[in-house]
Amino acid sequence: MSGLVFDSIEKKFGDFTAVHETSLTIPNGKFVCLLGPSGCGKTTLLRMIAGLEDPTHGRILLEGNDVTRIPTHQRDFGMVFQNLALFPHLTVGENIAYPLRIRGGSKADCFKAVKRLLELVQLPDMADRPVAKLSGGQRQRVAIARALALEPKLFLLDEPLSALDAKLRESMQIELKQLQQKLGITTIVVTHDQREAMTMADLVVVMSQGKVHQVAPPVEIYRKPKDAFVADFIGMTNLITGRVNGADQIAVAGGVLLADDVPASGDVTISVRPENIRLAKDDGANAPGILTGTVSYIRDLGASIEFYLDVSGQQITAITTPSDRPDVTAGDRVSVSFPREACVVLGDA
Amino acid sequence: MKLKPQKYADYATIAFPAGMLTVFFVIPFGIMIAVSFFQRVQGAFYEPAFVFENYARFLTGFFGGILGFSIGLAALVAVVSVVLAFPFTYILTRMSRQAQVVWLVFLLSVLSLSEVLIGFGWSTLLSRTAGITNLLVSLGIMDKPMSLSPSFGAVMTGMVYQTFPYTVLVLYPALSRLDPSLVEAARTLGSGPVRSFANVVVPALRNSIVSTLIMVFVFALGCYLLPQLLGKPSHWTLSVLITDQAIYQSNMPFAAAMAVFLVLVSLSLVAISLLYGKKEHAA
Repeated sequence: MSGLVFDSIEKKFGDFTAVHETSLTIPNGKFVCLLGPSGCGKTTLLRMIAGLEDPTHGRILLEGNDVTRIPTHQRDFGMVFQNLALFPHLTVGENIAYPLRIRGGSKADCFKAVKRLLELVQLPDMADRPVAKLSGGQRQRVAIARALALEPKLFLLDEPLSALDAKLRESMQIELKQLQQKLGITTIVVTHDQREAMTMADLVVVMSQGKVHQVAPPVEIYRKPKDAFVADFIGMTNLITGRVNGADQIAVAGGVLLADDVPASGDVTISVRPENIRLAKDDGANAPGILTGTVSYIRDLGASIEFYLDVSGQQITAITTPSDRPDVTAGDRVSVSFPREACVVLGDA
Repeated sequence: MKLKPQKYADYATIAFPAGMLTVFFVIPFGIMIAVSFFQRVQGAFYEPAFVFENYARFLTGFFGGILGFSIGLAALVAVVSVVLAFPFTYILTRMSRQAQVVWLVFLLSVLSLSEVLIGFGWSTLLSRTAGITNLLVSLGIMDKPMSLSPSFGAVMTGMVYQTFPYTVLVLYPALSRLDPSLVEAARTLGSGPVRSFANVVVPALRNSIVSTLIMVFVFALGCYLLPQLLGKPSHWTLSVLITDQAIYQSNMPFAAAMAVFLVLVSLSLVAISLLYGKKEHAA
């Protein structure tokens, strides 16, 4: 089996289970985001890969080799810590050369490597600066360069951008992704920011309460969330409950919705993204997939317009672009159409 | 931004500590300096004068040698204490909260022992009749029990025993504030546990180590009971001689001169190391 494999990994701290039994395969060369709210076990999972925590149970395999019990310092994985953990007593160059120096690299080799890595992270001629004199973004880049100095088999990052301001964070996300594409190195990033995950990842692992909910490319996570947690955590959504009423029909308050992959019977939850909902002035038409409701509030954000609707007692949010704006105002009766392909039937969380 | 005092009233907060310092430190120290220039009266006490003979007598080879020994002993005690206490404290800060509390209470109770108790305790432990050599004999490591005290080793042992808890308590805050991810980072970069301790933990806390060395050094310099209880006369420190001159020879001016000199020497050593530390920090 190639790539990084978690084989029934579990981690307990005393009575508390940080990561429930998880099996997962991460293919080589992918950019993977472990995404979830704080305390969901994503950092623990990353630390187990690095060897900083021992799994209570299970194995971790890299390229078919069991690495579960290999000490951290023999794994040769590069890691960027949340607080970066740059050595305060060393300069930028000495920080980056640290892994080479302790392996007995010559001065000339270290110098060359530092120069190359600093160019890679776009900080040329900074080698002699003390770490304390750097800005947040520069420290970030130095930490990345240091982690890459060994040409590691895995590149691990624990909330690497959380200390940066919003604007810098966005540009670093793109830069990090480009760097990963250039190097082709398997990269695993822990984040609680879904935008960050959507921007960078080839594969998103959504976690909560120590369990993996879904593993899929970002667009699929967004379009086909597996359960209510994923649908709600990634972006905005409307969760509508109903009862199966035929092969592709679900009876909900105020009417019937159409969807694919409907189970044979029982109660189900449907997720509908706000931007997929179409609004029109109520013309009395009544068909499956169309419900009627009242506009309770309109929030115009310029680039998009949010409509807060009351549909048979349920709060529904719809988003349109200014060019598609329907001619309705607060208090109007509207017909709300839910396209079949936008209605995603969710599994149990 | 630093707030600067604007009115005289703003100085009120430091009036009390300043007063205490003046009454209990500046005035006694001033008296001592004055006395160090006084003239001793044979068979009586001393009379006011302004003579340098007390200092002149001090600058002979004999007292110079003792001063050198005192400083060397205090420096050695400081180094040994820090070398032992630093790894100990590092491991201590990585223990569970409860274990840390137990250890700290234990260390505080050692700290509360008086110098006299420590001295007599160790002189018993190092004696031939009741000492630890008997234990080694019964374990078959030694042939027959022997006396380990008085000796230089005994003085060192007693003094390090006394300064060790103090050293741990001084190092403890800095080490427990050390970011654990620094060591983790070193480990992910390929450093084993011992190596990451040596080239990340120690250098990152260089300033704390230097200031702890100075504090233990000054603390050890004032020690005068243990060298007498555990050492031969050749291991006596300047503090022992000062006590001897002041109390048994009633030569107060000479004792004062030695004390002033000791204070000046240790102050200048502290100043030098602080200056050196600052320069290194700025570089």
